[in-house]
Amino acid sequence: MSTDISIKTGLDIKLKGAAKPFVDAAIKSKYFAVKPSDFHGIIPKLILKEGESVKAGEAIFYDKSNEAIKFVAPASGKIIEIARGEKRRILSIKIEADSTQSMLDHGKLDVSSASAEEIKAKLLSSGCWPFIKQRPYDIIANPTSEPKSIFISAHATAPLAASNEVVLKGHEEALQTALDALAKLTKGLIHVGIPSSGESIFGGMSGVVTHKIKGPHPSGNVGTLINKIDPVNKGEVVWTISPQDLVIIGKLLLTGEFDATRVIAFCGSSVSEPRYMQTKIGAELSTILYDKGIEQSDHVRIIMGNVLTGKQSAPDGYVDFYNNSLTVIPEGDDYELFGWNKPVFDKISSTRALTFSWLFPNKEYDLNTNTNGEHRAFVVTGNYEAVFPLDIYPMQLLKSCMYKDLDEMEALGMYEVAPEDFALTEFVCVSKQPHQEIIREGLDLMIKEIG
Amino acid sequence: MSLNSSLHQLKEKYKGTKMAPAFNALHTFLYMPNETTKNGTHIKSVDDLKRTMNTVIMALVPCLIFGMFNAGFQHYAALGTPVDFLSWDAFWIGIIKVLPLVAVSYGVGLAIEFLFAVIKGHEVEEGYLVTGMLVPLIVPVDLPLWMLAVAVTFGVVIGKEVFGGTGMNILNPALTIRAFLFFAYPTWMSGDKVWVHGAVERAGTADAISGETILGSYAQNADITYSLSDMFFGFIPGSVGETSKLLIIFGALFLIFTKIGSWRIIMSTIVGALVMGLIFNGVVDAGWISGGSKFYGLMSVPFWQHLLIGSILFGAVYMATDPVTASQTNKGKLIYGFLIGFISILIRVFNPAYPEGVFLAILLMNVFAPTIDHYVVQGNVKKRMKRLQTKTV
Repeated sequence: MSTDISIKTGLDIKLKGAAKPFVDAAIKSKYFAVKPSDFHGIIPKLILKEGESVKAGEAIFYDKSNEAIKFVAPASGKIIEIARGEKRRILSIKIEADSTQSMLDHGKLDVSSASAEEIKAKLLSSGCWPFIKQRPYDIIANPTSEPKSIFISAHATAPLAASNEVVLKGHEEALQTALDALAKLTKGLIHVGIPSSGESIFGGMSGVVTHKIKGPHPSGNVGTLINKIDPVNKGEVVWTISPQDLVIIGKLLLTGEFDATRVIAFCGSSVSEPRYMQTKIGAELSTILYDKGIEQSDHVRIIMGNVLTGKQSAPDGYVDFYNNSLTVIPEGDDYELFGWNKPVFDKISSTRALTFSWLFPNKEYDLNTNTNGEHRAFVVTGNYEAVFPLDIYPMQLLKSCMYKDLDEMEALGMYEVAPEDFALTEFVCVSKQPHQEIIREGLDLMIKEIG
Repeated sequence: MSLNSSLHQLKEKYKGTKMAPAFNALHTFLYMPNETTKNGTHIKSVDDLKRTMNTVIMALVPCLIFGMFNAGFQHYAALGTPVDFLSWDAFWIGIIKVLPLVAVSYGVGLAIEFLFAVIKGHEVEEGYLVTGMLVPLIVPVDLPLWMLAVAVTFGVVIGKEVFGGTGMNILNPALTIRAFLFFAYPTWMSGDKVWVHGAVERAGTADAISGETILGSYAQNADITYSLSDMFFGFIPGSVGETSKLLIIFGALFLIFTKIGSWRIIMSTIVGALVMGLIFNGVVDAGWISGGSKFYGLMSVPFWQHLLIGSILFGAVYMATDPVTASQTNKGKLIYGFLIGFISILIRVFNPAYPEGVFLAILLMNVFAPTIDHYVVQGNVKKRMKRLQTKTV
């Protein structure tokens, strides 16, 4: 019952600096960090204290509202610093890595004979659970709920996104193991979106339904897949998980070890040799950035993730828990004479108002972080719909979030969306409104008020 | 020190002060600001509100220039001493009569925008750039400047600022200004004297000239002295910038091509007008109305000629498409446009005292646009509810 999906509305943003398909090993990071802010909505409760030593895969903290969900150290070593911010909120837990890494053994699990409860318990205690996210709300899945189905998008369409073929290469066994385990956690199906052309590693996997997806970004967003296959209704839950995280889950089930190793795309127009880097979750970014990447003096924006949904970072930042690309583009904090009315050839536009990107659909652009204009109230209509394939009215939903009308948010489809679904509307927004932030705050309000 | 860096230093100096919005408005007019993205999308498309508004203004400039020539052309034609259309004599009347309208419209309107921005501490928004250009194009050429100033003040303050500024208003500001003029100073806004420069001051004297519009003639069941090609190219009396249908069509194509104007609204407005015209033609053909009726003249106009007379095309292309006051959903735009066209012709035919109904129809539909959107969005909501119900059953 595999259905193919063809998306017409959307926008492919082609940027310079795509990663070349070979994998370099990054320099070993001396410091690792786990940042609770990677995990939206959790309140961390520390298990270990500053100064204690920790093994790779050993739990460092758990979620106060759901104690079963453990968060583990990506590397073994000593906890040297627990940085705190306002109201003693934990910002990061910093680990000085041992020269020889020791892994905590969580114990193998034979998926074929294990029960759902055993699998759940294993994922929770080993720190793999946070890889599983849920809709509604785009937060870590609630382990007590049962999803009606599980969605995986293996079609990377975001700008400069890491290719799943490169990232997943050689991990077929781990992937299959993880999929088998997930299949036991739902009565529904596991839906996987794959590119309509070319081979996908998921084509050879059993126990999943694959959907060939055609069309521009955001066709590869998991939210688009859900909306077209089996939209979330009120009271229902679906789970989502990224392909690269399946590898870590699969390895844990096969070996009993939490292996934080991850291949990420090191890309962007400011990177001198864009390519893939093998590193670990929590590794310091400076171990990657200066290796045929950027100069210390470069005036650049370092983004953990892609240019549409990633987080702003710095050389002393860390590889985060979910993203598998590190993008570096020029900062754009400069003025441009008559930038608002002169003809523009070197920037992307969704209109043709003296902008000429429509003439060159295959050109790769070198975009910077300039907002290209100031923040305004919503004025223009109809341009969001042109890049928004979900069966939802985007502007109406955004406005309902802004005036905090819970009934209206619910009626307009808030349970179905995640901030990333609004990345393209934010990109084309003439009024430069922060769509993803508005949606995130709306979702948080719903969690608080409705739960 | 370059202009760029000295302006930057001034900006830093004025930051947080009351005058900052006023300074920034001028600064951002020269330079695209140095603002960068925070989190969220780290890159943004090049389109901003200034570019959007600028595109509409570019589409209006040909209408303005044509209007300047036409002001003089109609003046001398009415005096009985015709001059060439593209002559300096004709253009000179445009310079002394039309340019002051533009200057007053922008001067007064922008001054109020700046004032509100400074008082309320927000940036000066670009909405008035288009309104300021539209207003001189939709008024009679001889309108006294003080009336225009009063009307602009009313339109900007009551029509827009009290709702919160650009993006928040319910009624199209340019049409609010026109409506104010029409109801406050009707003798200057309608009749057979106001559409040609000089007609008002000569009225009642031996040198009296007529400036009857085509609609006015039809409404009185009088003969039409202009050819269809005059109507199409715009060599007729009327509001300053709305006479040349050819240039309006060019403007429409430009707006649609640049994706700034909504083709849905433009197209459906025209369809709506044609349908209403066809209905009236049908009434005439069926013999339900006698030749002596005062509505006969306008009802018997071939349906497609309704597009060539009056300001229905100008309204459809530049007024109905204002995204803030139009319907905001794609489906809603089709309904909204259709009703504008439909009602425009209805008012045009059944309101002989004032034969043009476009501005009233658009203002009326501005009020109903949120209602149309509500029902369109409810369709989506119902679909979602239905999905939930079939699931639970």
